Amino acid sequence: MRWGVIVFPGSCDEQDIYDCLKHNLKQKVEFLWHKDRLNGKFNCLVLPGGFSYGDYLRCGAMARFSPIMQGVVEFARKGGLVLGICNGFQILCEAGLLPGALTRNASLQFVCRHVFLRLEETDTPFTRAGKKGQLLKLPVKHGEGCYYADPATLERLRKNRQILVRYVDGKGRTSPSANPNGSLDHIAGVCNEGRNVFGLMPHPEDAGEKILGSEDGLKIFSSVVAACDKREKRAWPG
Amino acid sequence: MRVKIFVCLKEGVLDPQGKAIERSLHTLGYKEVQDVRMGKYLEVDLDVPSRQAAEVRIREMCDKLLANPVIEDYRFEIEAEKPSAVSDQPLTKTGLKADG
Repeated sequence: MRWGVIVFPGSCDEQDIYDCLKHNLKQKVEFLWHKDRLNGKFNCLVLPGGFSYGDYLRCGAMARFSPIMQGVVEFARKGGLVLGICNGFQILCEAGLLPGALTRNASLQFVCRHVFLRLEETDTPFTRAGKKGQLLKLPVKHGEGCYYADPATLERLRKNRQILVRYVDGKGRTSPSANPNGSLDHIAGVCNEGRNVFGLMPHPEDAGEKILGSEDGLKIFSSVVAACDKREKRAWPG
Repeated sequence: MRVKIFVCLKEGVLDPQGKAIERSLHTLGYKEVQDVRMGKYLEVDLDVPSRQAAEVRIREMCDKLLANPVIEDYRFEIEAEKPSAVSDQPLTKTGLKADG
């Protein structure tokens, strides 16, 4: 399968994602510059973390209008897999590919630490390699990761089981102290209704080998690999 | 034509900056402060033939980029046309001198 990592001006985690996919999972990966048109066949596009366009106006607000995003939206509409991490998650929300928005951390402080996530749903291409209720230890590093959605949207997310990961403590329990940014309902990541677009604030690419303190991030990427083995023909354009 | 745009978080959306400012004001003794909401203020100069045209364009800009409808509300004021550049300039200059 083939991965594309989109680079915006101000992105800074694209190398980590590239390295994790290429060396830990032996995947074919390439960088895609935001000014280019989406060209070629990909199974999964990744929007990396960082500070696209300096986070001016709102995080992700300007990146969503980058030329490549039109192709990303079309790719997602056709069922292509899109993964947004941190700033990538913010961009996907701004672009309307994912519901809700990410706002300033409730503490007003930038958080940089390992957190535990509880895998809530495993019937998606991004979580299928895990078990429901399984804990993943991943790092977060962000200043604006407080997830918000209006009550009707939150209800819909719960009903459609679109909340894929929640912040929990080491025993798998939600609590205010285990929630690093004040996210609504402890939400760390959500998918769209079609379950082919997933965004999360924590960084699976920075938990890809033991020396980094955790290998749990590989669960996300290897889920995608497993999913794409089964649907190789879904690479876009077909 | 100059348009002043105010963008603020919607009611019900957590505003930790507003809360922090509110606490600071209380610490300074302004006990009457009930609530503080923090937002953004933008000034946009437009070259359009009419106020109606400005309104249509600004609304579009706000919906597309300047505000995120999921978390923010906006309102704007279109400034009255300047009567003439001559009458306006000396006033500004005087103001600046007085401040400096």
